[in-house]
Amino acid sequence: MTVLVYLDHEGGAIRQASRSAITAAAKLGDVDVLVTGADAAGAAKAAAAIPGVKKVIQVADSTGNSELAEPVAALLADLAGGYTHILAASSASAKNALPRAAALLDVQPIPDIVAINDADTFVRPIYAGSALATVKSADAKKIITVRASSFDPAPAEGGSAVIEEVALPAGPGGSTFISTELSKSERPELESARVVVSGGRGMQNEENFKLLNPLADKLGAAIGASRAAVDAGFVPNEYQVGQTGKIVAPELYIALGISGAIQHLAGMKDSKVIVAVNKDPEAPIFQVADYGIVGDLFTILPQLEAELDKAG
Amino acid sequence: MKVLVPVKRVIDYNIKPRVKADGSGVETAGVKMSINPFDEIAVEEAVRLKEKGVATEIVAVSIGEAKAQDTLRTAMAMGADRSILVETDVVTEPLAVAKVLKALVEKEKPDLIILGKQAIDDDMNATGQMLAGLLDRPQATFASKVDVADGAVTVTREIDGGLQTIKLALPAIITTDLRLNEPRYASLPNIMKARKKPMEKITPADLGVDMTPRLSVISVAEPPERKAGIKLDSASELVSRLRNEAKVI
Repeated sequence: MTVLVYLDHEGGAIRQASRSAITAAAKLGDVDVLVTGADAAGAAKAAAAIPGVKKVIQVADSTGNSELAEPVAALLADLAGGYTHILAASSASAKNALPRAAALLDVQPIPDIVAINDADTFVRPIYAGSALATVKSADAKKIITVRASSFDPAPAEGGSAVIEEVALPAGPGGSTFISTELSKSERPELESARVVVSGGRGMQNEENFKLLNPLADKLGAAIGASRAAVDAGFVPNEYQVGQTGKIVAPELYIALGISGAIQHLAGMKDSKVIVAVNKDPEAPIFQVADYGIVGDLFTILPQLEAELDKAG
Repeated sequence: MKVLVPVKRVIDYNIKPRVKADGSGVETAGVKMSINPFDEIAVEEAVRLKEKGVATEIVAVSIGEAKAQDTLRTAMAMGADRSILVETDVVTEPLAVAKVLKALVEKEKPDLIILGKQAIDDDMNATGQMLAGLLDRPQATFASKVDVADGAVTVTREIDGGLQTIKLALPAIITTDLRLNEPRYASLPNIMKARKKPMEKITPADLGVDMTPRLSVISVAEPPERKAGIKLDSASELVSRLRNEAKVI
């Protein structure tokens, strides 16, 4: 069996979540990977260095078309003939293109898998992680997205795969790429950060939410938020941790003023150590927290910073 | 301009789902059901397009058991003009649903199809993309802003690390993200009016679609429970525990 993994990359580096997808793919068979985009050549070199990758398919494109689902899905459907499985990390770009490719191939996709039982059988969360379903696919080909926090990332160095160049097979078909605006941040990416500091409705407003910055700086942490904080407009949606946002599993997750709605817990309960600060002792977040402090976060936050400054 | 809005009946998002004792699925009997929240946002967007004079007719569609007509009534109370119930007791997988919708699109010829990005029961996040693929029409998933003008729609999409803007020729498929809008509550007079709005009832067989699922559910289980830890009294104790006990800082 040979498996194709569609990779996400940024600045010539393969995203950590995609390296987790490679680990998942290696459980199924030989691994080829696909990189697309303006800097596909740099990303292809990085991908070729990942141990376990046999072949890198490089699709250079400077038109922005490879940011669109239509040509990428057509490309995946074209390449599908040589593969039993097509995988990708559960990223926005994969969620955009893979189901479309699945439709072209008459396949029911299997999103967000957390375990592989055999070549046809996979475990995936449903109902925002309130249940785990084991499903068996009757399709000849499987189209799968992988929840990165459930698989260790493949190493970035040590391999030497061959690189093959392919062109985008189709035009954008009625879609026109206009622009991408990426928010610039010095902080680590939420999904790969070792520490995440998250704020909820308890942060009260946009101004107060910025009080999390110094704590995050001290810990080298990414900043996250609950859906309530996002809905209230404290921070943009890309901060959202939860079923409808990012799924994270850092070494340390610090939840400040987050009550712990089911949908939020689904996005962070696989973190190694969870800390919660909340003024409500009955808040559900305490049911999953390893360490909890009941109290006013605006009092505790500066104390926490001061303690971290003390030599450890 | 005609807008088609597919809606799904799911367990209300405020209810914690319970896994059935025999591990065959999640208990839905006697549980409060509601319109899927992302579909509610889709209905709201369609209604706003109609209020702006861009859309002229909104058709809501639901594929599922007979009780899905409650969900269609909700959509009509919010402002959909009429609805179609495609009745089936089979588990509705995105591929089969996309095939039903494709058949309806060919019949109804809408200019825009707005769907929720995902249903909060199976969390598939696939139907809109699959419908677009089957129809060979442009798609814009995870929309946070939608502007229709001159036979095209410009959509701002939520992507990892930021936003992307794309323009689609109509007819096109859009899936909604959370922040596209805040859905209205249906007023009592509108709920009453919705009871009189037309609802067509058909079956997948009428559309020539085979609903047989491709995925068989082997089992459904509770996720491993995480145990509650300990409550601490001070920031200093917390930092000390994180350093010396958990060793994560």
